[in-house]
Amino acid sequence: MSRSVGRNVVRKDGTAKAVGTARYVDDLTFPGMLHARTIRSTIPRGRIVRMHRRFDAAGFTIVDARDIPGRNLVSLIQEDQPCLAEGEVRHAAEPLLLLAHEDRERLLQAQVEVEYAPAPALLDARESTHVFKEIRIARGDLDTGFREADLVVEGEYRTGHQEHLYIEPNGMIAVPEHGGVTVYGSLQCPYYVHRALCVLLDLPEDKVRVVQAETGGGFGGKEEYPSIIAGHASLLALKSGRPVKLIYDRTEDMIATTKRHPSTVRHRTGVMRDGRLAAMEIDVLFDGGAYCTLSPVVLSRGCLHATGPYRCDHVRVSGRVVMTNTPPNGAFRGFGAPQTLFAADVHMERIAEQLGMDPVRLRELNALRPGDSTATGQVLGADAAALDVLRAAVSRSGFHRKRRAYRGTGRGIGLSLFFHGAGFTGSGEVKLKSRASLELTPDGVRILVASTDIGQGQRTVHAQIVAEALGLPFEAVEVAAADTSIVPDSGPTVASRTTMVVGGLLKRCAEEMKARLGALTPRAYLRRHGPLVITKQYEPPPGLVWDDDTYQGSAYGSYGWACDVIEVERDPVTAGTRSPRRWSCATARWPTAS
Amino acid sequence: MRTAISPLVVKQPRTLKDALRMLRDDGPLTPLAGCTDVYVGLNFGTLRDARFLNIWGLDDLRGIDVRGDVLRIGALTTHAEIVRSVLVRRRLPMLAAACREVGAVQIQNRGTLGGNIANGSPAGDSLPVLAAAEAFVELRSAEWTRTVPFGEFYTGYRKSVMRPDELITAVEIPRVEGAQWFRKVGTRAAQSISKVVMAAVRASRPRIALGSVAPTVVRARSTEEALAAGGAIEEAQRLLQDEISPIDDIRSTEAYRRFVAANLLMQFWTDTAPRGRARPGVNRRTR
Repeated sequence: MSRSVGRNVVRKDGTAKAVGTARYVDDLTFPGMLHARTIRSTIPRGRIVRMHRRFDAAGFTIVDARDIPGRNLVSLIQEDQPCLAEGEVRHAAEPLLLLAHEDRERLLQAQVEVEYAPAPALLDARESTHVFKEIRIARGDLDTGFREADLVVEGEYRTGHQEHLYIEPNGMIAVPEHGGVTVYGSLQCPYYVHRALCVLLDLPEDKVRVVQAETGGGFGGKEEYPSIIAGHASLLALKSGRPVKLIYDRTEDMIATTKRHPSTVRHRTGVMRDGRLAAMEIDVLFDGGAYCTLSPVVLSRGCLHATGPYRCDHVRVSGRVVMTNTPPNGAFRGFGAPQTLFAADVHMERIAEQLGMDPVRLRELNALRPGDSTATGQVLGADAAALDVLRAAVSRSGFHRKRRAYRGTGRGIGLSLFFHGAGFTGSGEVKLKSRASLELTPDGVRILVASTDIGQGQRTVHAQIVAEALGLPFEAVEVAAADTSIVPDSGPTVASRTTMVVGGLLKRCAEEMKARLGALTPRAYLRRHGPLVITKQYEPPPGLVWDDDTYQGSAYGSYGWACDVIEVERDPVTAGTRSPRRWSCATARWPTAS
Repeated sequence: MRTAISPLVVKQPRTLKDALRMLRDDGPLTPLAGCTDVYVGLNFGTLRDARFLNIWGLDDLRGIDVRGDVLRIGALTTHAEIVRSVLVRRRLPMLAAACREVGAVQIQNRGTLGGNIANGSPAGDSLPVLAAAEAFVELRSAEWTRTVPFGEFYTGYRKSVMRPDELITAVEIPRVEGAQWFRKVGTRAAQSISKVVMAAVRASRPRIALGSVAPTVVRARSTEEALAAGGAIEEAQRLLQDEISPIDDIRSTEAYRRFVAANLLMQFWTDTAPRGRARPGVNRRTR
């Protein structure tokens, strides 16, 4: 029996994508299908006075907020975002009205004129008093820390919006059937869409079915926004009684869908002469955009990573995410942590400069080690590998030699050290209660999970884990489509949890199945005992305690550790830089979290 | 939002004669070929024109050859064809260098030299090359053929001497003496529109042309004269500032464009300095 994990297996989705038979949502078609279009606001803030239809309505299905059978909201954390704006506009490109027609050309020609009473827009997060969420992390006593410090170093660091630019833009098809609706789409989280549709359409769970079509990338951009598109397509489908396809082109996708939260992070750090950090005061401000979406959770992860992978006895992190009249920001790879980690490590560089100290030495001195505890009081295990990755990256890149050689030239070399908590924050995984199932088939097994393959290889990795645990060939493991009518809720495909958490559940399913099979082949077992499906639910590893109110405890079950080194060359003509060489050293620890 | 295409009219001439007749009798028509500019407007819903003349099939307008001592490039020759052409690489390497930096491979395979000229963007990558090479634009209508010096082609922002019934049929470039130089500065190394683009020739009388620093591509004639007269490069850099009129826009700022334009002039002058091992052909970009 050859191993599956750690072996270069053939991707489950590889052939279909290589030969072009993989079916993305825009490749699907249904009899009698209509095409849909979203009419959006062109002002950032104001009141809608009237909407004038400037086209012949024959053959059109038109939906506004009054057509919503359930509640006009995108069900997520706060209930503040309408699925279709009603009276008030809070950002440009906000959906106001939906049109569908069987002829796409007629659809594109339809003109709708919107009359507004505009209001002044709030576009600067620093001026916003509308706070979606505030977070405070405190450790030790800041005043004591600053009193002990020899030097105080301050800095402010900003990052802007960022677009995911998944290759396949967003899209959904809604099909009215069985007194409910089935949606097919490009998405990361089938059960997020499922829940949002039940609330919007006032339908029971068994009347809503969500099926993931082949998905061309997500990076977080298809975590929450697909709920809106699915809602729009479903409203049109239910009103017209026909399947409705709603596909965004690149322009619409860029203008309307979520971006990474812009940030302003201020650091005030007390430092000892020898480089030890005595006090860290960190202020984190995220621009949430017009509605709350996932902002509280993004802020949470941002704050939990705000110190960088460094130890300090006296820490205070104050974070807030606020409303502005810009399109809502949302999930994006790293989920708030890249912004604060960027600030933390640029700040370390500034501290090194002010101390006149080698930046590697400064990081070595302060890096979190096994047995150290984080700002939330989480004691790190033997897998805290900040020093290992730092030393590996420094030695592989020839960091010190190059740093000396490049001094005074137009070249430079720099590094950043960082960590990333894997899985949902704090008690998130406990609340999710994710489940995964494994079904015995005559030739092997079938994986039943709501995790989605969005190009990252989920089908392949899960099949590897199951094949390895069962001692079956990789080819004997099938992966069912992420279809809410057949798969259990394994939680969203986010937060680096798919391999670690859902993969862990599948491993437990496979271990139990192996025990049940004994010496029997799958075929023989089915003949003798009938069908076999094993389902496992998430259980937190022992010792993982988290308090959401005080922000104390184990924020994550496991952390990844990494160090990046980059060389840059300054071009005196443009004042720009290019980076001819980069190195990345990282650890990925096999999970113990499920 | 995407423009509906059913109300658009696209005429399909079979021959150049057909095309010219349609322009005369059925105008106004906007000629289209590679569509690399048209599709941008189409996808953003900002397309103004509604009537088009598809000249992509007119093979007479393709091809690169040398007639006498003049390099002739058909208007429908794509950027990719120019990059691959041995004739262009030998006689006008700065044009090959410019075409290599237009958009990305897909755009280079569809976009044409004639289209770049007709679109008339002040940021057009090939335009400073044609200005510095003192090229001629061949214009044809149903009635006549005329040749316009490239330096007299544009009359203002996206405006030219071309009449609505005329078509750009070819570009003619006399032999260029001296070392050729080209550099485009954009946001990225590829898939970007220039912030400043410069083409130049180092000869007894230098020729310097810049894009993205004025409503049209510009020749820096006072700068050229100063350099020809043996003036210091620093003085030329100062003169250049008076010859350009860059603005702040979505891609860059006036200040940055002035800074880069001056630096490009210096880099050109240093790279092409006639000492040591002079290399034939265009100087390699430094980035």
